Amino acid sequence: MKKLINDPLNVANELVEGLVDAYNGEAVYVGARSLVLKNIQDGKVALLVGGGSGHEPIYHGLVGRNLADGAACGDIFAAPPPDIVLEATQAVNRGKGVLYLYGNYAGDVMNFDIGSELADEEGIPVKTVLIWDDVASAPPTEKHKRRGIAGLVPVVKLAGAASQTATSLESLEATARKAVLQTRSVGVALAPGAIPATGKPTFDLEEDKIGLGMGIHGEQGVAELPMQTADDLTPMMLNLIFEDFEKDAEVAPLSAGDEIVFFVNSLGATTMMECLICLRKARQFLTERGLIIHDVIVGPLVTCQEMAGISFSITRLDKELKPLWDMPCQSFCYSKMAGSWGA
Amino acid sequence: MPKTALDAPQVISMLQEVCQAIIAAEPLLTDADRALGDGDHGLGMQRGMTAALEKLGALDPESTGIDKAFSTLGMAMMSTMGGASGALFGTLFRNGGKAIAGNSHFGTAELAELLKVGLEGVMSRGGAKPGDKTMIDALHPAAEKALEEAAAGSPFAEAINAVAAAGEAGRDASENLIATMGRAKTLGEKSLGKPDAGACSVAIILRTMAEFSAK
Repeated sequence: MKKLINDPLNVANELVEGLVDAYNGEAVYVGARSLVLKNIQDGKVALLVGGGSGHEPIYHGLVGRNLADGAACGDIFAAPPPDIVLEATQAVNRGKGVLYLYGNYAGDVMNFDIGSELADEEGIPVKTVLIWDDVASAPPTEKHKRRGIAGLVPVVKLAGAASQTATSLESLEATARKAVLQTRSVGVALAPGAIPATGKPTFDLEEDKIGLGMGIHGEQGVAELPMQTADDLTPMMLNLIFEDFEKDAEVAPLSAGDEIVFFVNSLGATTMMECLICLRKARQFLTERGLIIHDVIVGPLVTCQEMAGISFSITRLDKELKPLWDMPCQSFCYSKMAGSWGA
Repeated sequence: MPKTALDAPQVISMLQEVCQAIIAAEPLLTDADRALGDGDHGLGMQRGMTAALEKLGALDPESTGIDKAFSTLGMAMMSTMGGASGALFGTLFRNGGKAIAGNSHFGTAELAELLKVGLEGVMSRGGAKPGDKTMIDALHPAAEKALEEAAAGSPFAEAINAVAAAGEAGRDASENLIATMGRAKTLGEKSLGKPDAGACSVAIILRTMAEFSAK
């Protein structure tokens, strides 16, 4: 795999430097490898995201206006070390504490936990909300085992909006938890990405197979399906999300009249053409079931290098979440104007 | 000639050899992790051990305690690796190092204490138990063996050789386990037949320590 890089072991640092350039002054490079908004209001409850690099434009690309205040950036596909989490925490804290909001991966949990212990020793209050939207990674009774995938984009969008007016760390935590609970995703992989430093593929998948439930880090999926058309695959994937809302005692089933944000994500190499063809089928499926699509996101936002694959995420809005969704936001990864497109 | 116990300069040299062995094993560790995880374990360990090599080289062998040598290794790994490996291997050597603070020599008793306390730290941080197909499946039998050897008062070079063998047996046995932790857990039964990458690293670390001690 040809990649335009320099020292393969310095990829993460250089990409975050480039990201700072893309922010054009809106965000700055802090400490060993954090990205932090230049202007964070005093007295604001801070929102910190983070995770391994190599999945751009997330996670660090979600630093922005009405989004995350900062990101702790790990090396390629690896959680940020505790020192980086602490530096980012210190940089975003404005006296009201910091909410950590990130995908549920063992490495991230351990390193952010050590980071929060270090922050606690310095008197900075920290709460943690894990994102676990991947319904294929564990049953609804074992959500603590689920991975966070593309659903982190709508979740961070909602939490970022909530953080603008949150009066306490606890209230922001509660809203973020609700956003996580109402967000479910399912993904498929068609071909692996390559680890930048080695050029080796992150997994092997036969040419005529699709990996169902494959993670954004290239973890192997739970089932291999024969290659099929967009119109056959799309309903199968959406059914898994519907079944999950159905089976999960903590949420109501998805039903007619529910307002949702629908997100079609490309893992990197899957083209916009393919995303749009899937979106067309998905809209038919969702509208037939009476769901109201309040807003749509389409694009390669949660990627894994040149991995080919797609995921669908559904976020159900309620009276609290809808106005948060409608707040404008701007970042490298995701920007929107006020309201929703089409509403 | 087999060593009876290591002084601080020898511990530093031993850990430098450990770093070099892991750096050299990068392709093997990458392949092991690629089969079950996302293939980043080898590079992470290489990054951590490269940083540790520099930090260990900067220590003054005459004024450094043996605990500081181990915790320097742990801090360097934790700060530069990230990922689960950084947190867990960092915890292993930081906590294990602290447990032998004040001891002037690294012998069988210190080896047992370091592995026992290090193992406890790893289990509490990562939440895994023996049998979950993680680094613990090499570390746990190694720590058990070290405690046995310490209780029996075995000479150091023999003891660490037995501990390394127990770690290797644990690594090999991890092939027959089903992953329940980390990124490999979604594989279920597909994880059978391959050793855990973290267990491979533990086995290499212990074997390198044993080889240094036998010289």
